[in-house]
Amino acid sequence: MSSTEIDRQWTTRLRHRVAHRLPPEKMLPDTQPAYVASWIYVFGVTTLSAFAVVVLSGFILALKGPQWWHVSGIGHFVNSLHLWSVEIFFFAMVIHLWGKYFMAAWRGGRSLTWVTGVVTFLVSIATAFTGYVSQTNFDSQWISTQAKDGINSTGAGSFFNVLNFGQMLMWHIVLLPLAAVVLTGLHVLMVRAKGVVPPFEEKEEAR
Amino acid sequence: MSESPDVKVAPWTGPQRPYDIIKEGTIAFVVVAILTIGLALVFSSPDDPQVTVQQWSTKAPIDFAQTALAELNGTSGTAQYGAPYNTASSGQQLGPFTLAKWLGATIPVNTVRDFVVDPLTDQPATPALSSALTQWKGASATQRTAWVDAYTKASGKMTFTNGTVSVPTNAAGPVPVMINTLEQMARSGALDQALVTQSGFYTSNFTLPLLFLADGSYLGDLAQQRHLLGTQWGMMNETGNYPGQAWLWLYTFWYQVPPFSTSANADVQVWGIMMLLSLLLLLVPFIPGLRSIPRWTRVYRLIWRDHYRAQGA
Repeated sequence: MSSTEIDRQWTTRLRHRVAHRLPPEKMLPDTQPAYVASWIYVFGVTTLSAFAVVVLSGFILALKGPQWWHVSGIGHFVNSLHLWSVEIFFFAMVIHLWGKYFMAAWRGGRSLTWVTGVVTFLVSIATAFTGYVSQTNFDSQWISTQAKDGINSTGAGSFFNVLNFGQMLMWHIVLLPLAAVVLTGLHVLMVRAKGVVPPFEEKEEAR
Repeated sequence: MSESPDVKVAPWTGPQRPYDIIKEGTIAFVVVAILTIGLALVFSSPDDPQVTVQQWSTKAPIDFAQTALAELNGTSGTAQYGAPYNTASSGQQLGPFTLAKWLGATIPVNTVRDFVVDPLTDQPATPALSSALTQWKGASATQRTAWVDAYTKASGKMTFTNGTVSVPTNAAGPVPVMINTLEQMARSGALDQALVTQSGFYTSNFTLPLLFLADGSYLGDLAQQRHLLGTQWGMMNETGNYPGQAWLWLYTFWYQVPPFSTSANADVQVWGIMMLLSLLLLLVPFIPGLRSIPRWTRVYRLIWRDHYRAQGA
C-alpha cells in the first residue's frame, strides 16, 4: 500500500485534521493568556460542573424509576440533588452567557462557539421543562396542562404531547440529555480549539 | 471577512500564565457538588401529591358532575379546543396563520365517547346502566341533543345528596343515570383507571385524565391556592417556596402585560415573540448593532480591568 493511498484515507485525513485543529497542548493546556483573570470565567466551569451533578443525580433516579422518589427518603434526597444542581446549572449558565456577550466572545472566528452555546441553552430549557412535567406529582399535572396550550398553539403539540408522560420522560432522559451532552462537548472543543477570546484593542475603539 | 472590531480580533501574542485545567475542573466539581448537597439537605424539594379523579369527585362532586355534563354537551374546554384534539374550532391565530389547524386533529379526543360513554361501557353492567347505555347508543343525534339540552337547562339546580347527583328534569332520557353512574365510578377510583387503560393494559399516556381534570375547576382552584395560575406567573413556578423554572421568566412575563394578557391568541403570540428573540440571541454575532453593544457599553473593561491596567490604557 502506498503512502499516498494511506494519506487519502478518510481516517488519516480526519486524524490529521483533528491533530491540526486541536493539538494536545490546546486540548489540555498548561498555560493560558494573561488576560484570562476575572471572576466571570468561573461560571463556564461552574456550568459544566453543575451539568455533571445533574447527569449523575439523574442516573441514580433512572436506576430506580420515575416513582421511586415519592416513596423513598433517599429517593427524595436524590431528587433534591437533581433539582438544586439544575438551579445552579441555569444560574451559572445565564451569567456565563451574559459575560460572553459583553466580551463579544464571537470575535476572531468564534461565531459557531456562540451559536452552540445558545443552542445548548435552549436545549437545556427544553430538558428542564420535560423534567418538570415528568415528576408524576401535582406540579407535573399543573405545568403540563398549562403548557399544552402554548405548545399546541404552534402546531408542535401534534408530535410533542406534554400530557403524554411516557413521551415526555423519554425526551427528558434520552433525547434531550443526549443533545445537551453532544452540544456541550462541541462547545467545549471549540473553546479549546480557538482559545478564549482576547480583549478589545482600545485603538480600535477609537476608530 | 469583515474588518469590524465586533467581528475580528488579532490572535493573542502577549504573556501567558500557568493554568491547570484538570485541577480547575476538579475543584469546581467538588465545590458545586458540596453546594448542591448543602442546598438539598437544607431546602429539600417539593412533592405535592398528584390529584386523582377520585379525589376530585369526592372533594368537589358537583364540579365533577358539571364537568362531565360539559363533556357531554360539548361546552368543555377540550370539547371546544380544536387541534390537535378535534376540529371544533380553528384554534389560535398568528396573523393569518392557524398553525395548529394546519396539522389537524392528530391526537383525536371525542369528549362524549372518551370521557363518558366508553368508561361507562367498561363498567360492570347494572340493569339501570345497561338500559341507559342501550337507550343512548340507539338514539339519533337529535334525540341525544334534546336529552342533553334538557339536563343542561336543569343543571343549575343540580344537587349531590347521599352520594347521588340529582337534577330536576324528567326529559333527559338516560343522561341522569349516565352522569350519576360516572360520578359513582369516579368516586370509587375506577374512572382513573378507565381513562388511562382505554388503549390497553400497559400505558404511559395520561392525555385523557389530564384533559378531563383540566376541564374542571378543582385543579385550577388548587393551583390558585398554590399561586400557580397564569396570572400569578404561572408554570414557571412550582409548589412551595422554590425557585421553579426561573429561566422562563421572560416567556411568562409576556402573559402578564397587554395586549397578551387579554388576547385570545396570547399563546401563539408569546411563542412567536420568544422564537424571534431566541433567533436574535442565536444570531447576535451576525447582526450589526446588536453585536456592537458590548463595545459601545464597554462593560468589558470591568471584566478585563487587570489587562487594561497593565497596558496603562
